[in-house]
Amino acid sequence: MLNTSRKWQNPSGGFSFENTRRNAVLETSLSEKGYSAPKARKTGTTIAGIIFKDGVILGADTRATDDMVVADKNCMKIHYISPKIYCCGAGVAADAEVTTQMMSSNVELHSLSTGRPPLVVTVTRMLKQMLFRYQGHIGSSLIVGGVDVNGPQLYSVYPHGSYDKLPFLTMGSGAAAAVSVFEDRFKLNMELEEGKQLMRDAITAGIFCDLGSGSNVDLCVITEKGVDYLRGYDQPAQKEQKEGTYRYKPGTTAVLTETVTPLTLDLVEESVQVMDTK
Amino acid sequence: MSEELLAEPGWLSEEVKTGTTIIAVTFDGGVVLGSDSRVSAGESVVNRVMNKLSPLHDKIYCALSGSAADAQTIAEIVNYQLDVHSIEVEDDPLVCSAATLVKNISYKYKEELSAHLIVAGWDRKEGGQVYATLSGLLTKQPFAIGGSGSFYINGFVDAEFRKNMTKTETQEFVVNALTLAMGRDGSSGGVAYVVTIDKDGTEEKCILGNELPKFFDQ
Repeated sequence: MLNTSRKWQNPSGGFSFENTRRNAVLETSLSEKGYSAPKARKTGTTIAGIIFKDGVILGADTRATDDMVVADKNCMKIHYISPKIYCCGAGVAADAEVTTQMMSSNVELHSLSTGRPPLVVTVTRMLKQMLFRYQGHIGSSLIVGGVDVNGPQLYSVYPHGSYDKLPFLTMGSGAAAAVSVFEDRFKLNMELEEGKQLMRDAITAGIFCDLGSGSNVDLCVITEKGVDYLRGYDQPAQKEQKEGTYRYKPGTTAVLTETVTPLTLDLVEESVQVMDTK
Repeated sequence: MSEELLAEPGWLSEEVKTGTTIIAVTFDGGVVLGSDSRVSAGESVVNRVMNKLSPLHDKIYCALSGSAADAQTIAEIVNYQLDVHSIEVEDDPLVCSAATLVKNISYKYKEELSAHLIVAGWDRKEGGQVYATLSGLLTKQPFAIGGSGSFYINGFVDAEFRKNMTKTETQEFVVNALTLAMGRDGSSGGVAYVVTIDKDGTEEKCILGNELPKFFDQ
């Protein structure tokens, strides 16, 4: 009853930080009992982008980690912003996801208002102005790549709001491994297949040499003609066929006694949940 | 051993800084600005070819140092404010107007920002000028240096600077200063960007690492 007497406050848009006080209280009361609050999940990641002859290639691994446990073996880190602009996200998974979704809707509204297809600089500017406003508390590092009237462009945006415009970029915990492949083999105006191979090698370097990156390689090729989203382009870390087996032959252990007790059970309800195990 | 393997790279948590060397020098008829090109986050270099000489207007540039996000944002805001101002006065803006706009932002938000911009350019009224805007002060100087690498070349610039050098001598002076600082400061490096502004226009040049002058380097 007392709740309804409180005046309804219209949500003011943007992010709401009103739960931070509740979280602080919970944190102290939990730690007294010996528990700890769940941490924000980071996508310990390898993301990269290159500019090739006809456009932009973005690449990412597909592992999402929760401290030292793999939370999602096949998550999507290349997000849609507009028909010819895509964005790879690293850092805190939720921040990257929500930020890119907000950008996508703001950019669509902006492009409807201007009557023109959106520019990659517009996306970068909106992103960095928002991230600067939040002074680094939104922990998302992003690589924005796309093709517009000014040609193919590639930008990186850091959580505090700084940006760089370069022909090749890597970010995430596996950035060091991936950028070493680029520094060795990147050339300007590469052909499509050469570019895809280079990107695949860079992400694979991140997958093998970084603990926070793994599973598959996703690629996204953006050119003047359109977008080619290659989900699961390569799967370098597949389980191998086992050479031997640890199974014992039946009869290795002697059976001394055997008692069978039948239980009569009725099947009340059956529900099937399919897990993405690939 | 496992603690080190799992340590995340610095740039995931640290702010991106342009640990830098920047310099601006007046000469008879204009100014020369110079900067290195390294952007670091913790111990990683995130961009090895960043041009830290940012245009505020046709004949007014600023050199960025400190926090990359803060410096880039200040430069962008002042670029916009100068555009509006120059339309209002129907003329090219003065260098001291640009420097004052930068100073206003740096001073008002001095607690929150950690960036140092050197503003330099040429205008019809006063010719070539250099202004330093560290922490919100505004001072006009014959030359100014900034960034982490500047500490290593304070003695060099004090000893070697002369008033009214020619354009070529000033460009050489700037390149020598940058090379010496990049050689000693871990947070400065890459290539050297040099911008020369005088009454005839603006000239941007990029000098690759292996083309820089050689000093005693055993």
